[in-house]
Amino acid sequence: MTELRSKNFIRRALSKIPLILLFVSVLNDYDFNYLSLKYFSFNFSYILIFYYSLKKSESLGYTYIFVAGLFNDVVVGTPIGLSSLMYLILCVAASYLRNITLRPSLIKDSIFFLITILIINSLLFVALNFIFNYELNYLDQIINITYTFLLYFLFSNVFDFFENYFVGSSNAR
Amino acid sequence: METSRDDFVIAIRSAFLKKGTQQRFSLLSLIFFSIIFLILGSFNFKTTDYIKIAIKEIVYRSSFIVSMPENLLKDGYLTIQNHQKLYKENEKNKSELASLKAKGLVNEFIIVENKRLKNVVDDYIVEADTVFAKVLSDKGSPFLKSVIINKGSKQGINLGMIATDAEYLVGKVVEVNYLSSRILLLSDLNSKIPVTVEPNGLLSILSGTGEDYGVIQYSKQYEDIQSQSIIYTSGTSGIFKSGIPIGKINNSFLSEERKVEFFSDFSQLKFIKIFSFLKNEAE
Repeated sequence: MTELRSKNFIRRALSKIPLILLFVSVLNDYDFNYLSLKYFSFNFSYILIFYYSLKKSESLGYTYIFVAGLFNDVVVGTPIGLSSLMYLILCVAASYLRNITLRPSLIKDSIFFLITILIINSLLFVALNFIFNYELNYLDQIINITYTFLLYFLFSNVFDFFENYFVGSSNAR
Repeated sequence: METSRDDFVIAIRSAFLKKGTQQRFSLLSLIFFSIIFLILGSFNFKTTDYIKIAIKEIVYRSSFIVSMPENLLKDGYLTIQNHQKLYKENEKNKSELASLKAKGLVNEFIIVENKRLKNVVDDYIVEADTVFAKVLSDKGSPFLKSVIINKGSKQGINLGMIATDAEYLVGKVVEVNYLSSRILLLSDLNSKIPVTVEPNGLLSILSGTGEDYGVIQYSKQYEDIQSQSIIYTSGTSGIFKSGIPIGKINNSFLSEERKVEFFSDFSQLKFIKIFSFLKNEAE
């Protein structure tokens, strides 16, 4: 009985890891700047939110995503509410894809992810540049989108592995 | 056509409005919240400002704690990088040390060989009777370039001893009193020193001019004397040991005479080393 309870506790703790990862990623702003790589940056939060909204929507609550967006705005210094809006649009896209998908495949997911982040970053660029008068480097944005898209394949497999072997959920695929 | 449009509408409606398990708000309501935040924030609405301040307080404090592991990782990475750099430097230093050691051995051999050869040619090699003297007076006369020092025969100064400023030759003792002496500088008109012009190894005479430079005289190979050539004592007169640096051929003087710019500034002499050389009797 005690063993069963402790197993449940571990499973519940492990199921909270995506949420912890989301908040750590927005608070920490993973940039790998100390590696001195000029042409390397990616948005880990986008990958995490898209993956979990698509595969396991109960892991990351929309409210938490909204709050994480607010936190991200404070850390990055963008107008408050903008990142939340972008995260939620990502959630809408993931949710739409989940509703229309009969047979999930990583390639289709990633292509849809690419289209979504292109739209999101375009919206972000337009909003920051034309409404809030922020200067953005176009090349940096493209690099960020490219690496975020490429790393989706890697992280998707990592999350699949994590969900299947640690949390033990069957609907991660 | 109608059916696919219906499917799209259903999927979109479901995406926006379906709360799902453990969801308190629908996506649509949260998107509205975000837009309201953005609009109120751009109008500097007071309530939004308070919320902003509260969020910032929470975020800045928690960000510090959350970034601790990454900072640890970052520090670790930088430490490893430093160690790698240090390792490479150490490797480079080791190889340099090995090559320097080899050169040192060659130098040692050359020094020993040089001493032996000097013995053979009966040259002066041992420094003796070294006295440090203070310059008492430097008249700066255009006719006599000399300085008076505060050491004389009482301190062992003899006629003909040589005077250097650090390692550079400045002149020789021409007058000795009991407590003072006079040094005739190389720039004096009467100063004539046998010298070697390196790298060619030309033997010549360095004459003073009464100015702050000297000239190379009595050489048949003027065209071989390159600019920036170094002038050393040749030791042929028997007064000076060979190889004491004096000056260099100045580039700007090359047009007519081979003028020598002295290494030592004779107008700034404060202390002078007086000494003579002896032949190594022991060997």
